[in-house]
Amino acid sequence: MVGKLIKRAYIGFIFLFLYAPILVLIVYSFNESKSRGQWGGFTLKWYGELFRDPDIIKALYYTFIVALLSSLISTVIGTFAAIGIHNMGLFGKKAVLNINYLPVLNPDIVTGVALMTLFISVNMRLGFLTMLISHVMFNIPYVILSVLPKLRQMNRHMAEAALDLGATPFYAMRKVIIPEIMPGVVTGALMAFTLSVDDFVISFFNTGSGVTNLSIVIYSMARRGIKPSINALSTIMLLTVAVLLLVINKRTAKGDELIP
Amino acid sequence: MKNRAKLLAYPYILWMAIFIVIPLLLVFFYSVTSGNIHEPKSLSFTLEHYSKFFDMLYLNVIWKSFRLAVISTVLCLLMGYPVAFVISQSKQHHRNLLLLFFLLPIWMNFLLRTYAWMAILSPNGFLNKALELLGLPPIEIMPGQTAVVLGMVYNFLPFMVLPIYTVLSKIDKNVLEAAMDLGANRVITFIKVILPLSVPGIITGITMVFMPAVSTFVISRLLGGGKELLIGNLIEQQFTIYRDWHFGSALSIILMIMILVSMAVMSKVDKNSEEGRASMW
Amino acid sequence: MSQKIIELKNLTKSYDGTKVVNNINLFIRENEFVTLLGPSGCGKTTTLRMIGGFENPDTGDIFFEGNRINDLPPYKRNINTIFQRYALFTHMNVYENIAFGLRIKKTPRDEMDRKIKKMLKLVELEGFEKRHVDSLSGGQQQRVAIARALVNEPKVLLLDEPLAALDLKLRKEMQIELSDMQKNIGITFIYVTHDQEEALTMSDTVVVMNNGLIQQVGSPVDIYNEPENRFVADFIGESNILEGIMIEDFLVEFAGKKFNCVDKGFQHNEPVDVVIRPEDIDVTEPEDGHIRGIVISVVFKGVHYEMLVESNDFEYMINSTDMQEIGSEVGLSFGPEDIHVMKRG
Repeated sequence: MVGKLIKRAYIGFIFLFLYAPILVLIVYSFNESKSRGQWGGFTLKWYGELFRDPDIIKALYYTFIVALLSSLISTVIGTFAAIGIHNMGLFGKKAVLNINYLPVLNPDIVTGVALMTLFISVNMRLGFLTMLISHVMFNIPYVILSVLPKLRQMNRHMAEAALDLGATPFYAMRKVIIPEIMPGVVTGALMAFTLSVDDFVISFFNTGSGVTNLSIVIYSMARRGIKPSINALSTIMLLTVAVLLLVINKRTAKGDELIP
Repeated sequence: MKNRAKLLAYPYILWMAIFIVIPLLLVFFYSVTSGNIHEPKSLSFTLEHYSKFFDMLYLNVIWKSFRLAVISTVLCLLMGYPVAFVISQSKQHHRNLLLLFFLLPIWMNFLLRTYAWMAILSPNGFLNKALELLGLPPIEIMPGQTAVVLGMVYNFLPFMVLPIYTVLSKIDKNVLEAAMDLGANRVITFIKVILPLSVPGIITGITMVFMPAVSTFVISRLLGGGKELLIGNLIEQQFTIYRDWHFGSALSIILMIMILVSMAVMSKVDKNSEEGRASMW
Repeated sequence: MSQKIIELKNLTKSYDGTKVVNNINLFIRENEFVTLLGPSGCGKTTTLRMIGGFENPDTGDIFFEGNRINDLPPYKRNINTIFQRYALFTHMNVYENIAFGLRIKKTPRDEMDRKIKKMLKLVELEGFEKRHVDSLSGGQQQRVAIARALVNEPKVLLLDEPLAALDLKLRKEMQIELSDMQKNIGITFIYVTHDQEEALTMSDTVVVMNNGLIQQVGSPVDIYNEPENRFVADFIGESNILEGIMIEDFLVEFAGKKFNCVDKGFQHNEPVDVVIRPEDIDVTEPEDGHIRGIVISVVFKGVHYEMLVESNDFEYMINSTDMQEIGSEVGLSFGPEDIHVMKRG
């Protein structure tokens, strides 16, 4: 059928548009010649250079430390906050959720400069701690937003049943509520981690003293022009992501879960 | 239990007050004052930062930000709707795979994706080398507005496709069959049933593309080569280069207002179309 | 007899290798109220969807007024459908929903207004034109769906378990309304349901289906009184089905005894299934009945008592207005016309 052909061609075109730039980067990452114009033969030297580049190594380290810590902290705060919010009165719940939404709805740049304003106003030195706080700050809303629906789905008598059977509130929380909402917690944590790894704008305004992350390094390099080791970095990152996604997709089988 | 559990939210409420509410209030405060922010006594009320913004120079930047964001949003909608439609129409098994591959690039670092277009579009980049091999004249769009729009479309397209796809995939198949049953062919079914039912997804998509597009400074900086200043670049420069926090704050407030107004207009359009849709035909 | 309007010939449809509809042949006459009845997965909905044009048969043909319509898309068939969950257009009000088909046919405004008014009157929703369909109750939505289909003046209306989502009381009311409506407007209804009571109340003809095969076609009375096989007897109403042997015409043996009956045409000593409806069994003193048994349960059902009486390892279900004590011994009696003999299927 003609319709089918047009559909296929269109999807093909979109995928070309999506993947062409990435493919170009991958090809260039193996190009001997530094100039982008020529193919100077196959090489792995940019990969070697990448791992010898102290800026990149440092940025990688900070990226993952911040992502790990911030997703951990925001998952804990966010999960408890979600349970609290779930049990609040209608009016209070609405007010808290609206404020909670602000960092999600506000442009990153506004969130970024607003936090920076706060830090500078209280004379905090921009660096690792401020970057970590800023990441925790923009991660928590996402954790809350992924935990709350699970709380709503939960039978509201479940906690009461646990208490009725003699559980202390703490025990009920640990043995009944937390396991029930675990899928939401995990989604929230994964989301927080990826958002943190990927963040540029908020980190850009809230770091200093030589603390950077990958996005910031790429930005400063790209501003000065192309550097072949970035191509190598892209290739590695893309492969990592692809492998991760395929593994998760295999594990969840249905695959619906990884759509953010 | 209910009352006790509520207490768990209080630490976060305190956190929100410090890290969400106060920063925004500070931005507003600085936008209507001038002086040295580290010496509270030197601060005095003024609206000069807002009046400064009415300079043609700045108005032009605002206009350009708005225009490029609108163009990118429209392009995303035109390109993205068919994608969402085709994916939603395909078989369950194919659907997940298509979505997975469609979303894979957005898992890659945003900066890298933008940087990739630099490698393609720059004057002696991949595109021009390819054209040269084919004996065609080079295309010089980078640095420039075309490249900026391209970068926006590339980065934000998935934000348009996802919400539309979600809405389309939720449409009851029976409703489409009902339309056909009542005499509508595929085209009429699309225009009279599918399209109106997908309006909420379109609205969300527009919001999700327009907002990052109008506030970006990375794409304009990298693909516009520093020549194509947008409001995001202005804000960034006030805070990082010129250290004019007051003007930067005022610009941030203006950006927020711009977005709020656009959102209000969109939701108004949504409401009107809901009422007017019946008489559209 | 009126004309055949729809005819299905050797219709087969498979999903993933399972035959959902297995070589069925059926014709439906004009102005008939036909019900496809069967348990879920019996192929009734698939059959209906093939008539509507939403599924293509793998093999076989569908005729509409003598013309083969296999390849005609739904929007070109003069047949309309009422879907299970109504499938109303939630982005349109009641008027626009009903107007949908008319607008496609480019009906003039005044004619459209007139027809829609008439329809709203028919389904008793006058004054609801501007209402949003989400604000209607289930029963009202159902009426809109009916109006939306009927306004196109189809020759055949297909109804796919249209009352399944309604509560019991409303369902009963709508059953009567639907069959009245069908008689008044005089078009063919093809109705799908798994509710045997609904099928018996509403239809002129009932088509009992199971495992993709037609089990029996007949009037409600025939289907109830003369089930052709064990499945039909079991599915339609409560039945006592016993294994027996047809000694000769008008004489059948079961439960260790020989009984006179009204059935004939079986071979000598052919193994058969014997059906006795619970309401056809009379409870007597132990010595007066054909069969003796012990009452093992009694449930009050409002109008009658439903009792189980055990005799020779068989539990007879009996509906009676007299209550018996559990554990008491009773006799069961029935006349020759209450015994229905079927081929062992």
